[in-house]
Amino acid sequence: MNYKRKDRNLDEIRPIEAKAGIIKNADGSAMFRIGKTVAYAAVYGPRDLYPKFLQDPLKGVLRCNYNMMPFSGSGERVRPGQSRRSREISMVTEKALLPVVDLNDFPNAVVDVFIELPQTDAGSRCAGICAASIALADAGLSMKGLVSAVSVGNLNGTLVVDLDKEEEDIEGEVADIPIAMVKRTGAITLMQMDGIVEKDQVMKLLEMIKDACGKIHDVQTKALKEKYKGSMDNGDEN
Amino acid sequence: MDNNLRNHVLRSLNAGLRFDNRKPEDYRSISIEYSISSNAEGSARVKIGDTEVLAGVKFEIGSPFPDKPDEGTIIVNAELLPLSNPEFESGPPNIHSIELARVVDRGIRESKTIDFKSLCVEKGEKVWLVLIDIITINDAGNLFDAAALAAYAALQNAVFPGLDGDKINYKEKTKKKFDLMNIPVSVTVLKLGKNYFVDPTNEEEEVADARLTLVSMENGKLCAMQKGGDHPLTSMDINAMMDLAIVKGAELREILKKQKKK
Repeated sequence: MNYKRKDRNLDEIRPIEAKAGIIKNADGSAMFRIGKTVAYAAVYGPRDLYPKFLQDPLKGVLRCNYNMMPFSGSGERVRPGQSRRSREISMVTEKALLPVVDLNDFPNAVVDVFIELPQTDAGSRCAGICAASIALADAGLSMKGLVSAVSVGNLNGTLVVDLDKEEEDIEGEVADIPIAMVKRTGAITLMQMDGIVEKDQVMKLLEMIKDACGKIHDVQTKALKEKYKGSMDNGDEN
Repeated sequence: MDNNLRNHVLRSLNAGLRFDNRKPEDYRSISIEYSISSNAEGSARVKIGDTEVLAGVKFEIGSPFPDKPDEGTIIVNAELLPLSNPEFESGPPNIHSIELARVVDRGIRESKTIDFKSLCVEKGEKVWLVLIDIITINDAGNLFDAAALAAYAALQNAVFPGLDGDKINYKEKTKKKFDLMNIPVSVTVLKLGKNYFVDPTNEEEEVADARLTLVSMENGKLCAMQKGGDHPLTSMDINAMMDLAIVKGAELREILKKQKKK
């Protein structure tokens, strides 16, 4: 019940850092770091989508691919290639980003988002979504807002924001709840949970996450402004 | 192939010029950064111009080959990530990533930079397997040399994990490092028309007649080679390409030595 953190408050996220435009070949790219978890994202497109049956004649398709580098995890090497886990995360990442991206102008095309993790310490899907969101904006796609994501959780009755690996591995009545939020509208675009939690706790956590997402959003915006400094004099907040 | 581009590159090279103002025998600026992934037992980032490659080392315990009961081994894998080049596709390793991994593997293996006998834990039973993963982040040409540098730098950086009986304790960091010898360095020389040049950009790779990757050691001897490209080479070509690779290899080796001291 009385869980305490050594170096931060219970509602405090780990140190974050973001940078836009880190991969020259890509149409848009970004790095997002939260604590010891680092995510790179690259956006390619809109470009032709094959095989043809995947095409949507009404709008562009958003395709995400989440991947952990073989040496990114503590312990054994992660085998390269898709796993059931990485495919599921790719899918929920797509759903987390789709509501803010306008692809109506790109029928039959695809926007590819590649998320790669060189180093992980829990919260990797959220870090991936944060990086991808910056990369999509960097690629110049029209967006309703940036998506910010972080996990929250219940550690035997103590509610926390941004679990690290050590906290994720705590035994007992523990819940890990990754959430993605569009700061501008408050819309929640990703929500998953494994563990045990009460309804009231979830509602409290949804309040707690707002501040964290606000901080992440600020860093995401700053990264974009940093890259386009000089080329954008009256920048919009979003 | 784009013939206009080929002619343009060829005419420039004939005049001793390249698009980015380099001389034929110049590399772009090279940087090496160590410990770029804290969960890897060793890791490095290498940039050659806009080309960026990561390498990470992980360890496993396995059984030795029956014909070499007292030797561990290395396993090199390369991932040409679709994140790093719009031409790369997702999926299992294609022939290009297999070739890249195998050429890097040969350079490390044949140079004997790692004494495989030092990887023996229990003769005939248990040996260390050194898993080297090469990951491309941005492909702006010359992945061969960047990958080889990154793999070697990751080995320089690697620390053995602890070993509790049969199981690796990844949390424990021992003081044991590789006793690396001979410092193999890969230099890929390209040929277009009558010109030889190193460190190609994407455009130069696309239009080159042939390439020859040469891995040389500190004593000036060669330990691995790989010819690529559609055109043949003459023995005169190979002579000139070897000369260039050995000279440039010595320069790159100095960078590796200097970086390590920092």
